[in-house]
Order: sequence, then C-alpha cells, then structure tokens
Amino acid sequence: MPQELTLTDQNFKDEIKQGITLVDFWAPWCGPCQQQGPIIEELAKEVENAKVGKLNVDNNQITAQEFGVMSIPTLIIFKDGNPIETLVGVHQKEDLKKKIQDIAK
Amino acid sequence: MPETKNLIIIGSGPAGYTAGIYASRAQLKPILFTGEEPGGQLTWTTEVENYPGFPEGVQGPKLMQEFRKQAEKFGTEIIDAKVDKVDFRVRPFKVWSADKEYQSRAIIIATGASANWIGLPNETRLKGHGVSSCATCDGFFFKDKDVVVVGGGDVALEDANFLTKVTKSVKIIHRRDCLRGSEFLQKRARENKKISFVWNSEVVDVLGEKKVSGVRVKNNQTNEESDIACDGMFVAIGHHPNTEIFKGQIELEDKAGYIVVHDDTRTTVEGVFAAGDVADFKYRQAVTAAGMGCEAAIDVEKWLENYEKVIAKEADKKNC
Repeated sequence: MPQELTLTDQNFKDEIKQGITLVDFWAPWCGPCQQQGPIIEELAKEVENAKVGKLNVDNNQITAQEFGVMSIPTLIIFKDGNPIETLVGVHQKEDLKKKIQDIAK
Repeated sequence: MPETKNLIIIGSGPAGYTAGIYASRAQLKPILFTGEEPGGQLTWTTEVENYPGFPEGVQGPKLMQEFRKQAEKFGTEIIDAKVDKVDFRVRPFKVWSADKEYQSRAIIIATGASANWIGLPNETRLKGHGVSSCATCDGFFFKDKDVVVVGGGDVALEDANFLTKVTKSVKIIHRRDCLRGSEFLQKRARENKKISFVWNSEVVDVLGEKKVSGVRVKNNQTNEESDIACDGMFVAIGHHPNTEIFKGQIELEDKAGYIVVHDDTRTTVEGVFAAGDVADFKYRQAVTAAGMGCEAAIDVEKWLENYEKVIAKEADKKNC
C-alpha cells in the first residue's frame, strides 16, 4: 500500500516533477494540521493516480516560501511540477479525491 | 435498517467528549461524530492557562487528545466525520453522515461555535495569503513583519500577545475605544511594547494583489478612512454557533442562532439535548462546556429510563 511521501527542500522538485502530486504543507504546532494529517495518510493509501506528500514548513522554509504558503494547513496539487490548485484550511478526503480526479481528466 | 443506538453525540469539543465519558461509563454505548474540526476551538490555541488541574498550563491540542482518549477508554465509539443532516421529527431520531444513516433514541448536540470573518470580498480572496483566523498556526510566516489583529476580546488579546513573539509589530484594530477582554490579558497587552491600538475603527477593505499589503480602516466616530500598511491580518471578532443543520428541527434563538435550552440541557424536542458553546453564549469556557456535557449525559441517562413511557404517551396523542 502506498504511503505518503515525506517531502523536503532537497527532494521536492524531483518528487513532484512528473504526474499529479498533492502536497500538505503543515507544522507540528498547528492544531488544524493535526486534523488534516490522518486524512492525508488515508488519502495516500486510497488514490492510485496521484502521489500524496507532506512537507513540514518549519524544516523546509525555502519550498514553503517559493509557493507563497502563509497559512497552514495549505494543500497544493501539482501536475508535472506546476501548481494547479491551492486549498487553504482543513479539507475532507472525498473533496480531495474529487479535486485529484478533476485534474487527472 | 440501521441498529438503533441509545445516544449519538454530535461534536468533539470539551462538551462532546465529556458527554462521551459520562455516557459510556453509564453503559449507554454512545457514538460520537467529531465533525470537521475534531477537538474544536481549543485545537486552534497553544497554551490553555485557565483549565483547572494544570497549574503550568496545557497545550490546547494536547488537552483535547486526552479528552478523546478518556472517552474512548470507556467505550465511546468515535467517528471522524461530520453530520450532514438530522431528522428529529421521527422516533428513533435519524442522523446522516457521509451518506450513511444512523438511528438513535437520544441525541446530544455539542457542535460548538466557529470563528467569525468580517465578510469582505478581499478578505475571502486573500485567505491563506496574509489573512488568517489562526494566529498560532500562521504567526510563524510573519517573522519580523507588521501585522494587525482585528477584535477586542480575549481571543484578540491572546493572539496579539502570541504574535509579538515573532512579528515586528502588532496593531489591534477595535471598533470601540475600550477592550472587552479580561483584565489580566488587557494589562499584558498594554504593557507589551510591540502592541499598539487603533480605536473606534473598522476594517472596510483588505489591500494587496497576491498577498496582503495593508488594510483600509474607517474611524466610526469621524467616518475618516485611512490605510494601514501590514503583511498580515488576523481576525478575532467572536464566534457563531454551529447550528445550520438543526434549523427547522429545534428552536434556535433569533439573534445569533444559539440552541434554546430549558431545564438545564433540554432542547425543544424531547430526547434532544444540547451542551457547550452551541447553547451557551454567556460563559463559553472549556470548563463550563465540559460541565454542561456532563449534565447532558446525566440528563440523557435519566430520560432513557422512561423512553418506553415517552413513546407510549406520544402514540396515545396521535390516536386521539
């Protein structure tokens, strides 16, 4: 079963350059991120046409800054390296699946 | 047909989890729906300094995890989903979550309250780009920057104080010329050199193309408008009760939509109880919400003892 990727400033570009990747920008001190986390873990196991990853903004500030993340949790869906959709705040699994499906079309 | 439960608890703040602890210890085998913000408002805070039993303070998210563990320990079945629809006009009551139907003899509503926004189009557009309602989540992104906090209550003062730890300056914009927050928090804010106040002022627009560059405020005494340059706006202007799905099912008070309760935790539908911020616009504290959750669970336990009689009485009424 696929697990969510742990993304860092170092591996980010490589991991997202092909296909669809949903990235959860989070930090351990953020309450709503604790709610989003388990949803992301389940999503990673259930979607087949996309990768799912988490990036800790505290340790990886360069990437967070590059994509203008100023609020967490922020979820960005990338396609072939480009950000397609940015979602701010906690999102439910079914909504995220639908967004991924729409982009995969 | 889904199995009929004794009790469904809707909500997972101090009220919901405490109801879960008491109801599961009373062998009611309750199910609890956490909703979209498991743990509720306290998960948006850092240090909780006024919950009894924690003289050194306790982290809000941590406290709520402990509440949850305690409810689970005694057998509360916790479902991490939100309730989409209810029907309180039938017995047993019906509750729908993620297209699945549940039935229950009694209900405790503990859906709490959520933060208000000002309601400006540019506020919505710039959410996540400098506009935030969670200082503890997003303060980090405003290191050495200038920010404003909108509001004058406890949450605004707590947020402002928290933000001074990372930002260069914090302006508190308040529509009155005095603060509503507690004396202790007021004093702490006034003594903080990074905090200044903009009185009698309301934010009428949020400025900035891709991210916040400032806010436009209107002085409500002189009607003069002026711009304040800043990189972030944190909104802390109170809360509204989460009662949308109960409209038309139970009585809500006219002004803000809080659930009307009588005889402690009873709503206008017999068998439906309410606890915490969803029904309490006076105290709104974690500890009072927990207390009311306990009351609701005890009220449910007593009420269920007479369930058959209630059903028989209602059937009698229909027959004549």
